[in-house]
Amino acid sequence: MSALWIATLVTSAICFILKYIGYSLPESLLNKPQVQRINSLIPIALLSALVAVQSFSAEDSAVIDHRLAGVAVAAVALRLGANFPTMMLLAAVVSAVIYRL
Amino acid sequence: MRDLIYYLAQGQEFLRHNWRVSLSGAPFDKRVVLRDSLAVAIPVGTYGAAFGAAAIGSGFSILQTCLLSLLLFSGASQFAVVGVIGAGGSALSAIATGSLLGLRNGLYGLRMAPVLSLTGFKKIIGAQLTIDESTGVALNQEVKGQAASRYGFWATGIGVYLFWNLFTFIGALGAKSIGDPSAWGLDAAVPAAFLGLVWPRLIDAKSKLVSISAAALALLLIPIAPAGVPIIATALLAIAFGWRK
Repeated sequence: MSALWIATLVTSAICFILKYIGYSLPESLLNKPQVQRINSLIPIALLSALVAVQSFSAEDSAVIDHRLAGVAVAAVALRLGANFPTMMLLAAVVSAVIYRL
Repeated sequence: MRDLIYYLAQGQEFLRHNWRVSLSGAPFDKRVVLRDSLAVAIPVGTYGAAFGAAAIGSGFSILQTCLLSLLLFSGASQFAVVGVIGAGGSALSAIATGSLLGLRNGLYGLRMAPVLSLTGFKKIIGAQLTIDESTGVALNQEVKGQAASRYGFWATGIGVYLFWNLFTFIGALGAKSIGDPSAWGLDAAVPAAFLGLVWPRLIDAKSKLVSISAAALALLLIPIAPAGVPIIATALLAIAFGWRK
């Protein structure tokens, strides 16, 4: 089985089990503020890391290229209150234009 | 996502003024809850097209892309799996990143369990539909009573599931027809998607600090760690920052 199939099926299985386990655990876990805090910070850390890696990585080094321009435009669009599809479209178009220059 | 934050804020406002009417068996206007649910489900569902395109751009087949939406069904985890693989990461890195992002759905399940009280087959379906949006709308409707909360959960969960999967397929087909997005220079769309996912979560100084530190740590690790590891490593940062208040 290829890496793509393994990633697709195994992540799906684990994420379903995580969802299902939530319905079977004692409710008292929810009252731990530490669990709550870490739970809300994990997606922030991982998603921010993904922004950085996807914007700068090329093979195993960090580079500055057309992607950074696209992401910078996305940040400005979000700051101005743009919705998700508009923001992504702007990022794609700007990076494509700079790539062609 | 922005709509969701808006609805949550509105819910708190409602709670401040109407806290006395919170009764578990209280009647509620189904049309209003359905409208609120669809207002979240339709726009969020259309983002599925962005996922479909990103997955094809990372080398996934149309079948794999659609299975990720049908079986994994959690936007951030799905984007992470295709993002890590697309950047040259191993299957293990993709699984670890996607699963860590899926952890929060478990906590949502914990929160929704007493509201939904599910067993058997319904528990399997309910668990699969437990995501940011369904939980957010359900909690938002809680001020109208548990019946409204349950209705909001199912309407939003089923709505997002249908639209997300439909648009994943449309996005995947569209991307297949234009070929490799990075050959066009369109590859900023994927980091922009992650930025759009993290943006509404940056609500206070601590969350912003974690965000900037995680991005910096990941960049520092790119040249020295195998692809995928720089991302997973930042989960430790979240644990360290969340350990104390």
